[in-house]
Amino acid sequence: MNTLKLAWRMLSRDWRAGELTILIAAMVLAVASIGTVGFFADRVKGALGKQANLLLGGDILISGDRPLPELFATEAQARGLVSTPALRFNSMVRREDADASAAGAVLTDVKAVADRYPLRGTILLVDPANESGTPARGIPSRGEAWPDARLAARLGIKTGDALAVGDATLKVSAIVQQEPEVASGLLAIGPRLLINLDDVPATNLLQPGNRATYRLLVADLSTRDVLDPYIKWLQRELKVGQRMENVRDLRPEVRQTLERAEQFLGLSALVAVILAAVAVALAASRYLRRHLDTAAMLRCFGAPRRQALTLFVLQFAVLGVLASVAGIALALLGQALLVAFLTSVAPGDLPAPGLLPAATAFGTGVMLLFGFALPPLIALANVPPLRVLRRDLPRPKPGGIVAYLLGAAVIALLIAWQAQDAKAGAIMIGGIGGLLVAAALAAWAMIALLKRLPQRGATWRFGLANLRRRPLASSLQIGALALGFMALLLLTVVRGDLMQNWRASIPPDAPNHFVLNVLPDQADAVLAAMKAGGSATPLYPMVRGRLVEINGTRLDTAQYEDTRARRLAEREFNLSFTSELPKSNRVVNGKWFDGATGTAAGVSMERGIAESLRLKLGDTVTYDIAGTPVTAKITSLRKVEWDSFRPNFFALFAPGVLESMPQTYLGAVRLPEGSKSAAWLSALVQQYPNVLAIDVGEIMRQVQMIIGQVAKAVEFVFLFTLLGGLLVLQAAIAATQDERRFDAAILRTLGASRAQLSAAQNAEFLVLGAIAGTLGAAGATAIGYVLSDRVFQIPFSANPVVWLYGAAGGAIIVTLAGWLGTRGTMRQPPLAVIRQLA
Amino acid sequence: MTQPLLRAEQLTKIVTSGDAPLTILDDVGFAINPGETVAVVGASGSGKTTLLGLLAGLDGPTRGDVWLDGKALSGLDEDARAALRQRLLGFVFQSFQLLPHLTALENVMLPLELAGANAATATAKDWLARVGLAKRTTHYPRQLSGGEQQRVAIARAFAGEPKILMADEPTGNLDNATGLEVIDLMFRLNREHGTTLLLVTHDVSLAGRCARRLSLAAGRLVGDDRMDSEDSPG
Repeated sequence: MNTLKLAWRMLSRDWRAGELTILIAAMVLAVASIGTVGFFADRVKGALGKQANLLLGGDILISGDRPLPELFATEAQARGLVSTPALRFNSMVRREDADASAAGAVLTDVKAVADRYPLRGTILLVDPANESGTPARGIPSRGEAWPDARLAARLGIKTGDALAVGDATLKVSAIVQQEPEVASGLLAIGPRLLINLDDVPATNLLQPGNRATYRLLVADLSTRDVLDPYIKWLQRELKVGQRMENVRDLRPEVRQTLERAEQFLGLSALVAVILAAVAVALAASRYLRRHLDTAAMLRCFGAPRRQALTLFVLQFAVLGVLASVAGIALALLGQALLVAFLTSVAPGDLPAPGLLPAATAFGTGVMLLFGFALPPLIALANVPPLRVLRRDLPRPKPGGIVAYLLGAAVIALLIAWQAQDAKAGAIMIGGIGGLLVAAALAAWAMIALLKRLPQRGATWRFGLANLRRRPLASSLQIGALALGFMALLLLTVVRGDLMQNWRASIPPDAPNHFVLNVLPDQADAVLAAMKAGGSATPLYPMVRGRLVEINGTRLDTAQYEDTRARRLAEREFNLSFTSELPKSNRVVNGKWFDGATGTAAGVSMERGIAESLRLKLGDTVTYDIAGTPVTAKITSLRKVEWDSFRPNFFALFAPGVLESMPQTYLGAVRLPEGSKSAAWLSALVQQYPNVLAIDVGEIMRQVQMIIGQVAKAVEFVFLFTLLGGLLVLQAAIAATQDERRFDAAILRTLGASRAQLSAAQNAEFLVLGAIAGTLGAAGATAIGYVLSDRVFQIPFSANPVVWLYGAAGGAIIVTLAGWLGTRGTMRQPPLAVIRQLA
Repeated sequence: MTQPLLRAEQLTKIVTSGDAPLTILDDVGFAINPGETVAVVGASGSGKTTLLGLLAGLDGPTRGDVWLDGKALSGLDEDARAALRQRLLGFVFQSFQLLPHLTALENVMLPLELAGANAATATAKDWLARVGLAKRTTHYPRQLSGGEQQRVAIARAFAGEPKILMADEPTGNLDNATGLEVIDLMFRLNREHGTTLLLVTHDVSLAGRCARRLSLAAGRLVGDDRMDSEDSPG
């Protein structure tokens, strides 16, 4: 008890004397950055979980690209479950009575439902008398439609108006305020329309090329635990192209996107933590050096080794707890700001922050502190008390390699846990470890090279000799500084370049509307209309087929562990044929058809999907196209610029294979912005109700907005990284400050003038900073390359300014910081410095 | 006959540096009774500081033993020796050894706090007042002159009411006038509290103020002189 009190007092004295500033700042920073990301991810995931049941509209959801067998429903009924069918498809919807040019048509997510829908959750209808809406009784009757508020607003319709959906005219009898299956605000796609399943045939929209999803919602309203056996039965019955979702794997794309975002944010936060760890390590080792006397005096005054150790460990434990609590408080503030940035997620929809992220952040802080500070503390407690008489006794080493291993293990653990994936974690750990080793080695080599430089004047000689005198310490210091500069350069220069390159990769004349679902007999007329509207691409034929065999073996989609790959393999492919390699496509492997025709010419696959499905050049693939198997060898792999916003296909056949198959046409057009394009669209859809026109300009803007928001979030987290970099700079300079001050005092005693000393010190800092800045620039460039090549998949262009900023900025910042840190020394009488530090 | 407070027998310290073993202390033995003032004198390198380290149990001898208050140090582990130091010893060093991040008051309080003393603050304040630094309690060592720092160190040494005060060249880092003031203060407090004083110095005039003088040369005890001194008790 008494020891705790004493530890507290000693800690508060150290704090007041400014001995702990960097250590505490580093701890708070690490906890705050992990905590911010943790809280944020937890809240968003929590929101999804809460809405899970309602979102699905049932306990399980069976869906398929083709009509589902009756058996699924009858078996469910036989087992005491309830079920209801539904159908979803996209269509252009417009006001029936309006002037076509005024309101236009809107691409809508149409959901046709039957009695009992929804089995879980309720549909809320807009009610002027009740702001939170009125629960609907049943579903739209035949001949009626319920648009959601967005669609109603975009079309300018109200209850009683009429809508044209394909060939059918439906009366608006209510407006939906909220319905099950509303995705979270982050990723909602288009406006929605709810209609009666019995009206679908009248719309005439279910053409061969239209991607409709046939669904069956199943729920166990009896609570007799009959659902699980049904799920087991169903899993055996499911065919290719059919799938079952339950609340656990609800909306995998949303969940996956969020998990990716969480991982990305987490790794960004981790960079901040690693920087903070370096700062903690530097600060702890400085603490060790500055408290050797304290430790020796404690022992001399009669404190047993155990008490000394307890005292120091207790101080750090208290410090760790306080800094972690402060970090968590900061994290709570940070995640609130983050939520505010992502404005499309209303904060009210999110549950309150949970305890788990707080615990994780707290654990991170404590692990970090003891991973890096415990070895120096043990060394402190082992200081021989004789040191009070003999200052020249060797300093205790903070555990040597074992200590660094402990710290490295802590960092590795954190990375592996953040990456949540062994491979990604290993790559990160290897990458960061390699970077550090490379930085230290490069620094060491550069220091060795310095010797060969012509050295004029005593000040340069002395300054550089200082660097060479401690090659290991200098290398580590340069490595730490380089890490800091790398973070700064990444944040400022490289990130800007990446964003600019990404924007530049979308050509200004990119089509802004896709026209699809064009029937063969409409193709010529639609193409003419497109050309009249703006600059149009050709219309490509599109045939739908399912991949059924690879190299003669029946495709088993269960072999794909990655859910995205499995889904890609399960759904129908959009196939096309052409003799010309389309624009924005490039053959990266194999040979283009070059005039060859028929199945003998083979098939050209997109590189990305070939990787996902583990297909190689020379493999034979078989597609089932409306019951007819078509087999061809993969003769080329293409790289496709997807963000060219032109029609692109995963699989392209040579002419002479698919012509006789049922097909639709697909093309793109760039329309001028404004009301003229709306009129054009409206006219097109009125004339050809089955044709879908997708405004990708809108999607482009939405994608850019979402990316902008995520970029903001990442930038925000990068702020922590920036602070981490600055802290490392400060800690690295402070680490050797005492030594420098002592050296300077001795030199002044020996008669060096203040100017000479400044010059020598500036020379040292200048070189140190320039080396660290150059290495930082190298690191930033390497990471920039990896980011553009692997993550953003945009061409990488090296920015020479990074090197200039790195070398010059590093030299200036380090010299300035060094000058600030040691300028007091120059004013103090040398004896005072020697007495204080001897 | 009173039991000696401090007794050394056949104390020998040999260190191996390079290939040749170097004998720093060679078969030194003496006893010090309560209340004595003893100066250990000798040229640089004669083994004075090594002897002090052994007597305080800060270091172990190669041969021989030290008895502090009747307890043989060789039979105690480092922690037990630390406990003995806490009960019996106070230290004043040549380079003051104040902790730079603690104020004058906190420096004096530290050993009291370690010993779990009640009212450490009041005791420490009282001692700072006795050494004439009542108004400098919140100053950090770097804000104090050398003489003032050593007076803080003396307050710190006496605050624990030790039986033996060990001082290692207490005036070594001070000018003559300041050194004299500090020494006057140390001897005055020593008289007032009947502390036994063991002083290591090469300053003959300082040694002359002690009642007994142990002379070291090349690690051997070459003289043990008792004399009448102005500061000798009684």
